[in-house]
Amino acid sequence: MWAFIHKLGSPKWFYGISARLQPWFWVAALILIVVGSIWGLAFAPADYQQGNSFRIIYVHVPAAFLAQSIFVSMAVSAVIFMVWKIKIADMAAAVMAPLGAAMTFVALFSGAVWGVPTWGTWWMWDARLTSMLILLFLYLGVIALRGAFTSRDSASRAASVLAMVGVINIPIIKYSVDWWYTLHQPATFTITSRPTMPMEMWLPLLIMVLGFYSFFIALTLMRTRSEILRREANKRWVRELAGEAN
Amino acid sequence: MAFDTLQDFFAMGGHAPYVWAAWGVTAALLLGTVIHARAERRQLLRQLARRVRRESRLATRAAGAQPIQTSRGGSTNDA
Repeated sequence: MWAFIHKLGSPKWFYGISARLQPWFWVAALILIVVGSIWGLAFAPADYQQGNSFRIIYVHVPAAFLAQSIFVSMAVSAVIFMVWKIKIADMAAAVMAPLGAAMTFVALFSGAVWGVPTWGTWWMWDARLTSMLILLFLYLGVIALRGAFTSRDSASRAASVLAMVGVINIPIIKYSVDWWYTLHQPATFTITSRPTMPMEMWLPLLIMVLGFYSFFIALTLMRTRSEILRREANKRWVRELAGEAN
Repeated sequence: MAFDTLQDFFAMGGHAPYVWAAWGVTAALLLGTVIHARAERRQLLRQLARRVRRESRLATRAAGAQPIQTSRGGSTNDA
């Protein structure tokens, strides 16, 4: 078990295995997102109340899922890095942050644009919207902290602490629709009950969510490999790699 | 198909600005991250190759006129 974890934490081993895994996730992401988009945009029936503006759900919900999942992944990586000093966990956490921020922005933007025809307003200071805005600031804080130190180790530790503390915001986002009165509708996906949407609307949404997750995994593998090249540039095996690339 | 004509599809039942703005921003950001990640990787590989070349040059110069392969400089070839 420990040998396995040690191996997993080795940048050299990760660089090799991620090269083999990466294409599968890119292919899955491409197929799922293309199929989900065509299905959601052109084939899913229009909502009887919202009309075609409801098609925003197919980018809004997957982005909001990723925004939260990426923050949790970052916090878990931060714990692994702080407790076991596994460098690769910190590299992964570092490369995840910008995508998380982008997805939070997409969720907020698509929500605002959707709010205009649906609620008659693009913004309300209600619990769900405000906690998502805080998530965006947390991401920007993590990214800024990484750039604010001359020592990489200090930057990593500061960003890890913010990720571990900031993760408290995630349950707040999730339960905000139950705890407070809010304009936002309740969860679209639940594990415990059957979907409240008709199947022909729900299936393309599921496909889009899976596509976005594949995209996240593929991009994180790719960028963690780049981060290895950046941080381990003095290692012999990385230099040999550069020699081969010539 | 939820639309009869292509015009209907683009019009989105009058919701075109909302639907296409949300989808457009999403697509742009997803594509942007991929383009950025590819550029980042290419740039890092170039930098690394340049560094290895420079150091092997310095190593041969340090070794004088004799073409001695130092372990540092020759590591890319004899490994």
